[in-house]
Amino acid sequence: MLRLEKRPSPSQTWAYLAPVLAVIATMIGGGVMFALLGKDPFEAIRIIFYDPLFSEFAWYYRPQLLIKGAPLVLIAIGLSMGFRAGIWNIGAEGQYIIGALFGAGFALALYPTESPFIFPSMILLGALGGFLWAMIPALLKTKFGTNEILVSLMLVYVAEQLLASMSLGLMKNPEGFGFPGSRNLQQYDSAHNAEIWVGSGVHMGVVFALMAVIFAYVLLARHQLGFHIRLTGESPKAARFAGINPNRLIIFCLGSSGALAGLAGMFEIAGPSGQVNIAFNSGYGFTAIIVAFLGRLNPLGIMLAGLLMALTYIGGEIAQSSLGLPAAAIQAFQGMLLFFLLAVDLLTNFKIKWAKAEVTL
Amino acid sequence: MSKTLLQIDGLTKSYPGVTANDNVSFKIKSGEIHALLGENGAGKSTLVKMIYGLVRPDKGNMKLDDESFKPLEPRAARASGIAMVFQHFSLFEALSVAENIALGMENPPKSGILSIRITEVSVTYGLPLDPERLVGDLSAGERQRVEIIRCLLQEPKLLIMDEPTSVLTPQEVTTLFTTLKKLKSEGTSILYISHKLEEIRALCETATILRNGKKVATCDPRQKSARELAEMMVGGTLNSAKPKKLKLGKVILEAAGLSLPPQSAFGTSLKNISFRLHKGEILGIGGVAGNGQDELLACLSGEVLTTPNTIRFNSKPVGHMTPNERRALGVLAAPEERLGHAAAPDMDLIENSMLTAMVRKNLSNAGFLNWQRAKAFTQTIIDEFDVRTPGPQSIARSLSGGNLQKYVIGREVLQDPDVLIVNQPTWGVDAAAAAAIRQSLLDLAGKGAAIIVISQDLDELMEISTQFSALNNGKLSVAQPMAKFSLDEIGLLLGGADAST
Repeated sequence: MLRLEKRPSPSQTWAYLAPVLAVIATMIGGGVMFALLGKDPFEAIRIIFYDPLFSEFAWYYRPQLLIKGAPLVLIAIGLSMGFRAGIWNIGAEGQYIIGALFGAGFALALYPTESPFIFPSMILLGALGGFLWAMIPALLKTKFGTNEILVSLMLVYVAEQLLASMSLGLMKNPEGFGFPGSRNLQQYDSAHNAEIWVGSGVHMGVVFALMAVIFAYVLLARHQLGFHIRLTGESPKAARFAGINPNRLIIFCLGSSGALAGLAGMFEIAGPSGQVNIAFNSGYGFTAIIVAFLGRLNPLGIMLAGLLMALTYIGGEIAQSSLGLPAAAIQAFQGMLLFFLLAVDLLTNFKIKWAKAEVTL
Repeated sequence: MSKTLLQIDGLTKSYPGVTANDNVSFKIKSGEIHALLGENGAGKSTLVKMIYGLVRPDKGNMKLDDESFKPLEPRAARASGIAMVFQHFSLFEALSVAENIALGMENPPKSGILSIRITEVSVTYGLPLDPERLVGDLSAGERQRVEIIRCLLQEPKLLIMDEPTSVLTPQEVTTLFTTLKKLKSEGTSILYISHKLEEIRALCETATILRNGKKVATCDPRQKSARELAEMMVGGTLNSAKPKKLKLGKVILEAAGLSLPPQSAFGTSLKNISFRLHKGEILGIGGVAGNGQDELLACLSGEVLTTPNTIRFNSKPVGHMTPNERRALGVLAAPEERLGHAAAPDMDLIENSMLTAMVRKNLSNAGFLNWQRAKAFTQTIIDEFDVRTPGPQSIARSLSGGNLQKYVIGREVLQDPDVLIVNQPTWGVDAAAAAAIRQSLLDLAGKGAAIIVISQDLDELMEISTQFSALNNGKLSVAQPMAKFSLDEIGLLLGGADAST
């Protein structure tokens, strides 16, 4: 019989090995699922993990990796701070939408004025929108002790309704022949989040994601605030003893994750997506939760995990079109990744032992 | 009388990296009170857990009433007539005494019958207890009675008691001893685990002494002095802490009318607490845990804020200041709970030094942390306080209780505080480490710092404090010189009697 024994201190080896093992287990579990759906599992796995990088169309998919990865990394970095402190922002998807609406709304209001100040202002407004949306659960939690998980999650659906209302009403393209959706910001030079090098996939969001990674790394490793975040997550009572004000930390963690999610939304709507419409949000805010954990809540890990997750997005889309796999199967596949990671994670803190057969405790 | 009830033969149990019990053998006779003596980590708990079926031995065997005894689980041990009262109670505060007892029984009788039996047992053995009361309202001593009565209802042949007096007042200890002696006279054997030597000498006729997992001796404790027993337990000669001649300076910390509502459903409120602490003074605050010790420490450390004027440092109001603001002034604290309060379990010692020493040791510059300095400071703590650990990078929970406590106390003492408040500084710490910790507190006071020691251990308070005060039900008695008190008077104070009576 198997028995778990707590390690005296967490295993470094397993901490690094766990994500790798989780990816392998996901390939196996996903393969079984694809086989049950009547598809060739080996082909499906190859399409998801190999084709986006090395097939003959890889020149198209590789930049996509950055385009899909940037919002995931940007959001996940913000979430990871809170997660480390035990503050659970599950509503990044909503903050992402509101950030996008703030940025796009500003640009659409000024259309067709051209000015070099428009895009920087949109960046600030995008961050502000996400920040304000995250302040709702933050203030409710600090003032009334509500649960931030529930409040932030519920606000995603409020944000989605707001997005729908905007695409059908206030922000609808007046020259759009009555179709829902706003003007396309890609065709508005001052507001367009264009690629910095054409064909590279690198837009401002990618630059910001990279900056966020570096910033978060320094904050966690070297700065008092980062130490306080880690300490609060490790032991709230010790944090209080160290003199940390838990409310201030809640405001900071929810606020910064909201602002980063808002930024991601703004960069997306002003760039790759281009348009305020009902289907604008595609689940980056939720997938970023997986990315944060897959990256061990470590900034560098999150960067790698974001790219990996972007790969499954792109590969998943190819698999959908070429193999006819349902979208839900791809989502389940991504979910498996988190599931297996959490399972394998146990080995970081516990040893598995074969116990003698007589043990029945 | 001399029939052997339980024979333990060559019990061995190893855990990764440590042999908890190494070939331990001894006998418990019917109707004897047998002491199991040893420092923390000597293997007492593991041994008892093997008898109670919680842990299986790697080697060796046991015989109960001349029959092979291999309990696979506590239920089997209970069925064979072995009962155990744990050091930490497993009671539900929101349930009544009778409900708690019923939960611990295999086949509880109907509640009416059970209440009658509880009352019967409590009268027979001098353990007054009302079956209908909520456990949350009981004192520690009363809670222990619930556990004992739960055991007695099973009519055990062997009753195991793990550190039963650690939470009791002297009067409650006397009551407990009367009960235990009555049980003994009825033929029940008792295995009594403790490291309090005087107690063992007063109560037990046989003592088995463990050290580092091995049996050192079985002897009659009444024939030995407490010092001889202690030296067998520690395996060397003991140096007890010696107070220097203390000169009281001016008042440095002062509380006036400090009150605090309960912070949780079963928390204690603080009621109008006042004291004056002088430089060079060690104020011992005695009392059974749960009478407001944690709350008092939280108010003094700044974890709980009060109105500014209730606490004054050098005549300056500080009641509203955060822990770090107080640290900057020189008011430091070490809470009781080592893991999870004084230290973060999964962080290394360097990070744990950062936890309280950031301000006074200049470990941060404009918000950026200087880990090199934190590491150097941690190394100093390890060296000066003889913390046994592979190094500053070890995580806190990998240290033994005594070593972590030395680290926690060292971390505060080496920041040269003007006022240091410690809660249970030597709880669960082996004798050598406890002596070192007490000596460091005395040295600190000798340098002119003022210290508040909150402790349940009266011997400790009598050894090191200059002033004594009792905390009972959130009220603090007027502090008076330690030398004025007899043990009886202290017991009365702890029980809530006024100091003047």
